[in-house]
Amino acid sequence: MATSYADPLVWGVVLVIGVLTYAIRLSFIGLFGYLDEIPPRLERPLRYVPAAVLAALVLPAFVTLDASGLAVDKLVAGGLAAVVAWRTENVFATMAAGMGTLWLVRFVLLPTV
Amino acid sequence: MNRADFRRGVRDVAPLLLGVAPFGLVAGIAAANAGLDLTQAVGMSVIVFAGASQLAALDLIGRDAPLSVVVLTAVVINLRMLMYSASIAPHFRTFAARVKAGLAYLLTDQAYALSIASYRGERSVDRVAYYLGVAVTLWTVWQLTTAAGVLLGTGVPDAWGLEFAVPLVFLALLVPAMEDGPTTVAGLVGGTVAVVGAGLPLNLGLLVGASVGIAAGVRSERSMEVNATDGH
Repeated sequence: MATSYADPLVWGVVLVIGVLTYAIRLSFIGLFGYLDEIPPRLERPLRYVPAAVLAALVLPAFVTLDASGLAVDKLVAGGLAAVVAWRTENVFATMAAGMGTLWLVRFVLLPTV
Repeated sequence: MNRADFRRGVRDVAPLLLGVAPFGLVAGIAAANAGLDLTQAVGMSVIVFAGASQLAALDLIGRDAPLSVVVLTAVVINLRMLMYSASIAPHFRTFAARVKAGLAYLLTDQAYALSIASYRGERSVDRVAYYLGVAVTLWTVWQLTTAAGVLLGTGVPDAWGLEFAVPLVFLALLVPAMEDGPTTVAGLVGGTVAVVGAGLPLNLGLLVGASVGIAAGVRSERSMEVNATDGH
């Protein structure tokens, strides 16, 4: 998983993301008086950014293929963690449930080789 | 600056640190897995200081995704802060530009949520002091746990699959984000499209999934409005 990006490229990408993120943060705080409200055309899609982006990050990590086909350990761990997340809305409990289940399936229930 | 209000900010943010600390550890571990060294990892946490975008960017950097995809993905994830900036701006309007510039750097999900609740609750609070109490605490914990995560991450065997903690963090944030019908549609559609698109070239699955999910959310909101109008 280690990147083949050279060091200057890593710093470059960090810097560009940092500058753009800062511009987003400063936007309305800095421009208040010139620009008081988010235009409605922009506000509506913005409301769906967190749910859509987070789901697009989460689901492909749970439903993945490994050497033997569908990665069962990740699917089961992700499913159980989803139930815990839904019940508790707690980051720590969700992580504990997900990692615990992953290890249980991977090392105890279905150890491969 | 009012010290009591600063301390109140620190006190109010304390329970949230239980969620932020493991998140920071995971960010550090992810940075180590992606091949960043301690300086680069902490540099990223200082310069970007936005966990979800850092994790997504690290995942893509680790897979050697094109630069433009890494940047675009991180920016899309951070777009939600436009809403925070707009919402909190009226409370900061009387401050000097220099102060605003500093406060903006520290804007995060948690700093926004706690501060806006406090500003709305009582008019007398020292806004800068309370905000800094929350935000500086978050910043410090974020940097320390990122560094700890890098040191930890390099020592753990691959079989433990520590990178799996990353989507678990996002999952815990996703559930409260799916707060009503249209946001749930946005999540379900975005996630499904991202799974189907996982094999797309340039690691575009995430961006395509997110875009289609956002469009689905907007569409579902419109259709609900139409139904509501049709009803009575």
